[in-house]
Amino acid sequence: MNINATLIGQSVAFFIFVLFCMKFVWPPVIAALQERQKKIAEGLDAASRAARDLELAHDKVSQQLREAKTQAAEIIEQAKKRGAQIVEEARDQARVEAERVKAQAQAEIEQELNGVKDALRAQLGSLAVNGAEKILGATIDQNAHAELVNKLAAEI
Amino acid sequence: MAAETASGYIQHHLQNLTFGQLPDGGWGFAHSAAEAKAMGFWAFHVDTLGWSVALGLIFVLLFRMAAKKATSGQPGGLQNFVEVLVEFVDGSVKDSFHGRSAVIAPLALTIFVWVFMMNAIDLIPVDWIPQLAIMISGDHHIPFRAVSTTDVNATLAMAFSVFALIIFYSIKVKGLSGFIGELTLHPFGSKNIFVQILLIPVNFILEFVTLIAKPISLALRLFGNMYAGELVFILIAVMFGSGLLWLSGLGVVLQWAWAVFHILIITLQAFIFMVLTIVYLSMAHEDNH
Repeated sequence: MNINATLIGQSVAFFIFVLFCMKFVWPPVIAALQERQKKIAEGLDAASRAARDLELAHDKVSQQLREAKTQAAEIIEQAKKRGAQIVEEARDQARVEAERVKAQAQAEIEQELNGVKDALRAQLGSLAVNGAEKILGATIDQNAHAELVNKLAAEI
Repeated sequence: MAAETASGYIQHHLQNLTFGQLPDGGWGFAHSAAEAKAMGFWAFHVDTLGWSVALGLIFVLLFRMAAKKATSGQPGGLQNFVEVLVEFVDGSVKDSFHGRSAVIAPLALTIFVWVFMMNAIDLIPVDWIPQLAIMISGDHHIPFRAVSTTDVNATLAMAFSVFALIIFYSIKVKGLSGFIGELTLHPFGSKNIFVQILLIPVNFILEFVTLIAKPISLALRLFGNMYAGELVFILIAVMFGSGLLWLSGLGVVLQWAWAVFHILIITLQAFIFMVLTIVYLSMAHEDNH
């Protein structure tokens, strides 16, 4: 084990290696490591944030669903009410219409009846005169007996 | 190998490939341990330098490749591996160093990976790389040691570099006077100025030993562990050369067992070197007295 100039050579080599490592090896590796640490931290942050967002969204969704259900029930209720109302209205209208038709029909019948009665009455006079003429075998003066006949016809 | 004596084999394995000035005045590789010693300070262990630089280059290029493509998205296989190491080192640094420094963490990473890689060469059977060196060079007596951290030069170089950083940061953070004060005014202090002056040399001796013990212990701990580990591998390898079947068989089992145990040691030593570097540098950053 002689101590000789190898010592100097080794020191120089050592110095150069350390310098190289210090300038070109250590900084990029450490930078990459730190950046990755940051990325992971950010990723974890984002994940927890997303989980929280998801929870909020879930809450919101269920709330909206509840609201929608209530609203739907309300609408159905209203529709039912309205339906019943419409039916009621239709029924009333129909009843009124029926009454009206019935009344009209009755009026018409009445009118017709009166007409018929009038006609009958008119004819009955001559018929009665004719009958009486035949029965009596003589001509009855129409003019002379008009008052009598009319009286008779009004009695019918 | 069987032709050599066991001690010759061991000595051969503990000999670095040394490049320096030969006795005849020319420059070349030393042929023997004595020749290597005679080269004095201005000689280089080519094997130590070559292996450590090669492994260091693998380290920086591999990590640079991962760093260049580093994304904050899904990491690939290589990036994953690099990130695990970087996070491990970053965690170790944050555990014991509370200031801000752009140097300490990359320094710790370099130390950990580089030392680990140099140590890990120890797990390759002791004869393979020297035999490869023999085959390439064609010289049957060429010494070659593959594990750089079993060369005290390599560990001392790192430890002294760390020591230089300790001194640099001590002075930078506490100022020159603060650093000198730390060395001279503790652990013994006195209100009386004369007593204090008398205490300064005592303090200085204690504190200076504490200071200098840091790099020395750092270097020698790693060196000692790896040297001892390699020596055990060499001794086990000697069993293969014994020519006795049962001894060779025992060697196989022992080598496997020691290699498994050694995995722990090479990792642990790399880790200890790194952690102590961090601790020493954080101490340099703090006014803890």
